[in-house]
Amino acid sequence: MNHLNDLHADLVERAVAADLLDVAYRVLDSPLGPLLVAATGAGVVRVAFALEDHDAVLADLADRVSPRVLRAPARLDATAHALADYLEGRSQRVEVPVDLRLLSGYRREVVGALPAIGYGSTTTYAELAAATGRPRAVRAVGSACANNPVPVVLPCHRVLRSDGSEGGYRGGPEAKRQLLALEATPFAPA
Amino acid sequence: MPSSSGDAASRFPRSDGGAPKAPFELVVAEHGPRVLAICRSRLDAADVDDAWSETFLAALSAWPDLPPDLDVAAWLATVARRKCTDVHRARVRRRTDPVPELPEVPTQGAEAEDEGLWRHVARLPTKQRQVITYRYLGGLSHARIAGLVGGTEAASRRAASDGLKALREKEIR
Repeated sequence: MNHLNDLHADLVERAVAADLLDVAYRVLDSPLGPLLVAATGAGVVRVAFALEDHDAVLADLADRVSPRVLRAPARLDATAHALADYLEGRSQRVEVPVDLRLLSGYRREVVGALPAIGYGSTTTYAELAAATGRPRAVRAVGSACANNPVPVVLPCHRVLRSDGSEGGYRGGPEAKRQLLALEATPFAPA
Repeated sequence: MPSSSGDAASRFPRSDGGAPKAPFELVVAEHGPRVLAICRSRLDAADVDDAWSETFLAALSAWPDLPPDLDVAAWLATVARRKCTDVHRARVRRRTDPVPELPEVPTQGAEAEDEGLWRHVARLPTKQRQVITYRYLGGLSHARIAGLVGGTEAASRRAASDGLKALREKEIR
């Protein structure tokens, strides 16, 4: 089987050289459980929790982006490090290129506005709607956040309901709570 | 439809037509070992890896455009056999010492760079597409193709001829 792993790694290299790898992915062990991270040449296109069923997520990417999908861990080294630094409290931002091609229109605008919410602070769906110039689009903001293709990287977990309750989260309420708790502890860079 | 080996098959969408293409990673996972066995059976150890990579690289290139009802196992086996021949020929050209035996040569000489053709093949009517695929990529006999897609040998011959005519009209070859 080791030989097949070597062959696989070689195939990935050749595919990259021939510009035939459209979606590279790897699965990271994280404090939030296994995270699937997928990237196009433009940047991270999808972060998925185990709850979402990684096989289904890959099938969806094959359908909506390209079926030229390969497991290519080395292609995602920088992203993996950035995520680990954030999730383990060593950095306040996951600074990696992001590809928002899975979103269009207003949803894309909402998700694009998420990085403006600072580490350790929160906002509400209503405030985010106002911040994007559509104060009445609270429900649309909610569904945009719920469909954020790159959770954790773009911090939709910092958006709460107006009554202060957490609201939904793609990775489940426990993951949202964990991220909010992480950001609530005093930040001490290594 | 010939049965493919059952390993990991449950995760791979079968040829039920119209289904979205599976992530290519699943194709590698499911068919990698068998393609390796084909390459090992046909080449010197030094050439096996190259043929394996060439096979999956060609498959990766063609994957989005292949007909959804293609028998992936049979198709990959055919591509692997062709790549083995290519790799073997390249090796023979490079060296002066004679080789003990020649590999089997595909009955139809489809060229290595014809993968783009499958874009157009994918738009042919189902029967023509299947027959063309089995015949000109797979090098299968019309009798064998008739067994795979149903109908008679003559019907297979006719579908291949109609398909080729349609492709020629598009000035493909």
